[in-house]
Amino acid sequence: MSAFFAILFYFATLVFVVGTFYRISVYTRTPAPLKIPTTPAPVTTGGVVLRMMREVFLFESLFKANLWTWGLGWLFHVSLALVLLRHLRYFTDPVWPWVAFVQPFGTYAGITMLAGVAGLWARRIFVERIRYISTPSDHLMLALFMAIAISGLTMSFFVHTDVIAVKGFMLGLMHFDLQALPSSIGLYVHLSLVALLMMIFPISKLLHAPGLFFSPGRNQVDNPREKRHIAAWAKRMESEN
Amino acid sequence: MAEITAPAYRVIPIIPALKPGAMEGSGPYVSGEKMNEALGFPGKLVDDWHDKAIAKMGDLLGKYRSLKVYMDSCVHCGACSDKCHYFIGTQDPKNMPVARQDLMRSVYRRYFTLPGKLFPKLVGARDLTREVLDEWHNYYHQCSECRRCSVFCPYGIDTAEVTMAARDILDSVGYGQKYDIEIIGKVHKIGNNLGLPAPALIDTMEGLEEDVKEATGIDVRFPIDVKGAEVLLITPSADFFAEPHIDSLIGYAKVFHATGTSWTLSSMSSEAANFGMFIGNYEQLRKVALRIRQAALELGVKRIVVGECGHAWRVAYSFWNTLSGVGEGADPDDKFAQMLQKQLDHRYRQPTHICEFTWDMIERGALSLDKEANDKHIITFHDSCNVARGSSMGGYPGGQFDIPRNIIKAVANHFHEMDPSTTHEKTFCCGGGGGLLTDDLMDLRVKGALPRMEVLKQVSDEHGVNFMAVICAICKTQFSKVMPIYGFDRRMVGGVHQLVSNAIRLGEK
Repeated sequence: MSAFFAILFYFATLVFVVGTFYRISVYTRTPAPLKIPTTPAPVTTGGVVLRMMREVFLFESLFKANLWTWGLGWLFHVSLALVLLRHLRYFTDPVWPWVAFVQPFGTYAGITMLAGVAGLWARRIFVERIRYISTPSDHLMLALFMAIAISGLTMSFFVHTDVIAVKGFMLGLMHFDLQALPSSIGLYVHLSLVALLMMIFPISKLLHAPGLFFSPGRNQVDNPREKRHIAAWAKRMESEN
Repeated sequence: MAEITAPAYRVIPIIPALKPGAMEGSGPYVSGEKMNEALGFPGKLVDDWHDKAIAKMGDLLGKYRSLKVYMDSCVHCGACSDKCHYFIGTQDPKNMPVARQDLMRSVYRRYFTLPGKLFPKLVGARDLTREVLDEWHNYYHQCSECRRCSVFCPYGIDTAEVTMAARDILDSVGYGQKYDIEIIGKVHKIGNNLGLPAPALIDTMEGLEEDVKEATGIDVRFPIDVKGAEVLLITPSADFFAEPHIDSLIGYAKVFHATGTSWTLSSMSSEAANFGMFIGNYEQLRKVALRIRQAALELGVKRIVVGECGHAWRVAYSFWNTLSGVGEGADPDDKFAQMLQKQLDHRYRQPTHICEFTWDMIERGALSLDKEANDKHIITFHDSCNVARGSSMGGYPGGQFDIPRNIIKAVANHFHEMDPSTTHEKTFCCGGGGGLLTDDLMDLRVKGALPRMEVLKQVSDEHGVNFMAVICAICKTQFSKVMPIYGFDRRMVGGVHQLVSNAIRLGEK
């Protein structure tokens, strides 16, 4: 089983990293031929960085749109971030001090993450408009996060796993030195689902994470009159006539 | 056609329940063979439309980062789902921005993503069938490209970009929209959307000179094709004869007169509107914009000023520099742009909105204004969508909101804002923008005006507002047409420069 999970994680990491970088490289290579920031928009690069930070950390646009979706979505994402940071302790030895600091918050963030997912799912089921636009994959994605959270929380609070051994396994993976993974159904489920999540990241709507940074409506400086902006394919038209 | 009635006002603006299929088959006329061919599109739907459409989509995905990122990034969160005026007015779920995007996203997933190729049902992917193509023609012509949804999207996904891509694909297989295609043809052939030839234009301007002389006793000129004039005015052709547009044109002329600015119109390039944007076709967008470059070069003007028109200002402000070099900051070796930019006077922003021009003159004290002349008007201001969310004024974020309001407050005494959830960047489209200002979409236009009419009713009841100022030719036409259906006087809508025209005292400075 240890060997199976070792291979699974190497593979999942490969898919995640290569897939995501490939997507980002496509976004980078694809030109934005016209200036289309949603105005009012910042007129300086510094302003754009601030706008982007507000979107990334505060979900500013979503806040304007709908407080329920914003509240649940923000709760979910912040909790997820804390949970991910907490898990760094399985990959660092000695554990970085700030990770140790985050650790207790991260554990409870698992619960708030679950609450966020449950709320978002309820919205998807009970609000007519959202139900209309939902595809099966939208539901499955929430189910996946929910299952990851539940399997993780189960190990934290009910059926404890030998976390020292888990850490040994993960550090071993990082140093290409296979260590034994504790035999635990909860852990197997948790790790399999996380690997699945990593593998579908580059081919699913989870691409909204890198996508935001490449959204011309949000990342462009509003200076079209001051600086000529032209894509290579459009510039070629000028030499044709 | 059955008589079109206005939908009922919502007492509290609650989110409407869904009425699936409410606007099915309500799309516009399909473009005809000759008009398609005049623009270089296939005359009618080609036999291999399926393959051609998918190929065109692939082409656009490689040319437009917006489209590529927007196709991938949507998570179906629903933030945009209640933001579209057409959804609010029609209750058709396919008029929810996310659902409108999904008409294309479902096809994108089927042909361009792995999960869509392997498990179409799971991710909501669909083959591009004739039914889907018809759905595109129907619902992508029920979007006015107003960008309201993009304000609320956590990733800034702009349905306008998707609509433009869809229309570009439809045109490329010979399945366009009559109104837009016909109008672009007229611009190429005659120089303006209305097909108004030079002699008629010259005649109209002479008539205006006489009218203004009669009303004010002053010789205000409406010059055409004057070489060496300082300012070239590019304004929507509706300003030349439509009501209430023409009153704003008189306003611009009075401002130029009062400030001693030498200016001219161009008979060859007598159109600010650029329907190339509406159909999302870069070549057409560029070709229409190049007429203005040509006129500027031929007439040797130092400044280009743009009249009251929403999407025209978006194109002018955001795209002209890219398309035709009207602006500044081109690379030194960029000969195409430099040729024009060397001619323009860069003490001023190029292009300049007429409101920027007028406000600058007011601030300098160059105009003598009699506010009382507008006392019969209790005024509100409707932010036009493309000005609000696709452009700016004054060189700072939000100048597009302040400057027209500053002008109104400088020329009139009574001003009241509408509900803030419907103004500034949250403004609603008039219901007729984006190439939908055609009689065959009248039902849609009336329904799409609902959210604006609701809040206008509010300020009209509470503050006695009897005049809604706008700075867009489409807004003016659309509102004069649909307001009577909602029980308002059609003369309640007018331009900001109509108010300037009322207040300005000529011959005093």
